[in-house]
Amino acid sequence: MNYLEHIGKYFMMLGQVFKKPQKFRVFYESLFKEIEELGVKSLGIIMFISFFIGGVIALQTALNLESPFIPKSLIGFAAKRSIILEFAPTFCSIILAGKVGSYITSSIGTMRVTEQIDALEVMGINSLNHLVLPKILATVFFYPFLIALAMVLGIFGGWIAGVLSGLFSGVDYVVGLQTDFNPFLVTYAIIKTLVFAFLIATVPSYHGYYVKGGSIAVGKASTQSVVWTTILIVIANYFLTQMLLT
Amino acid sequence: MIEVKDLHKGFGDVQVLKGITTTFEPGKTSLIIGQSGSGKTVFLKSLIGLHTPEEGTIAFDGRVNTKFTNEEKRQWRQEIGMVFQGSALFDSQTVEENVMFPLKMFTDQSQSDMLDRVNFVLNRVNLENSNYKLPAELSGGMQKRVAIARAIVMNPKYLFCDEPNSGLDPQTATVIDNLIQEITDEYKITTVINTHDMNSVMEIGEKILFLKNGIKAWEGTNEEIFKTDNEAVVGFVYSSNLFKKVRVAYLNETN
Repeated sequence: MNYLEHIGKYFMMLGQVFKKPQKFRVFYESLFKEIEELGVKSLGIIMFISFFIGGVIALQTALNLESPFIPKSLIGFAAKRSIILEFAPTFCSIILAGKVGSYITSSIGTMRVTEQIDALEVMGINSLNHLVLPKILATVFFYPFLIALAMVLGIFGGWIAGVLSGLFSGVDYVVGLQTDFNPFLVTYAIIKTLVFAFLIATVPSYHGYYVKGGSIAVGKASTQSVVWTTILIVIANYFLTQMLLT
Repeated sequence: MIEVKDLHKGFGDVQVLKGITTTFEPGKTSLIIGQSGSGKTVFLKSLIGLHTPEEGTIAFDGRVNTKFTNEEKRQWRQEIGMVFQGSALFDSQTVEENVMFPLKMFTDQSQSDMLDRVNFVLNRVNLENSNYKLPAELSGGMQKRVAIARAIVMNPKYLFCDEPNSGLDPQTATVIDNLIQEITDEYKITTVINTHDMNSVMEIGEKILFLKNGIKAWEGTNEEIFKTDNEAVVGFVYSSNLFKKVRVAYLNETN
């Protein structure tokens, strides 16, 4: 199957996904279950990674700005920019594409190969709407909070790293954070997050839903879905940056 | 009653079903048999609407399923119960949630009414005290019984089973066969079973449809299958020495 066919099939899938849920009671149950599965259960890894990567960003910046003519507050300024603009929305989304994307593909793919999706269809249930829409809403609703948390913890990690290493003072770091703060950068990061969240939910769902074969095919589809979600996040990141910041 | 007329279905260049005409009557257990690749699964999936026929019609009590409006199709879907080969239970849900799922999706019953109905059908399939177990915690036979309970929870008019005995020991297979036949008699359901199990053919086959290379090669009852001289049927059903001996014994007894 060529790329154009995949793209067409992906958009046709979205056409089936965005329909009115058949039973709102069941839909809300699925939505809260997915928020827990795709969002709440990702809190730990995102908090852990954000804190330490924030620290590393601050340390690297400090080690590369050794000139006495450059104020130390620039470390906080650079760390803040790096974390808000790229690390939190893009890097964390790529991590989530790996963690959540493989989960989505393998769970939907297993449902396909064990005929659970056929069972839904025989009952007269729009299986794409039933399975994928709660995932999209869960990620699009929850990931902005997750990424906002990643921003805060990344910046905090940078502060801790500076204080513990003695490379810069906490005061300089905070001054840098406050320098030339542009709230639109946070808006830009949240817009990117919404797009990435949509990709993280839909691309793996596509790979899982149309899988054919057995467990090996599900494993391959999981790998492919992570690769394609990552590629699409990187491409979308480029175009969004071009559109929103230039 | 399900009436199938001149059903054709293919995939690409491969023609799988080549004009099947038959009927399945209510209150009777009908079995589809045939070698692997004979078109049984495609035929069953066409009956339940997972495949759209290229030619021919399938009428459910006079209603042709390819001509349904969306509302009629939704209604018809609720009249169908399906037991899949691997049970197809939702593995993230408990037994109770699995059986309750169609009720939640298609009725406005209160939680207690749904629970009463779930417990009733679970009792009917002799599966008490398993409400909170996950499918992975059940044996193959118990999973099949949950699948049957889920299939009948909406009081279906038509019950389809794809190899309900596969992977089960002979004793459990007989229990499942008897259960399906009892439910069929009790609720006057039109039941169609896809099977490779010759015990099922002998025991519950009130009507047997034998497919070969996508065509109907023979049809009759489990009494008639002993007497038939159709070479394809004899070659398939009596391929084992045991069933050859059973046939000889039956014919000696009846003559």
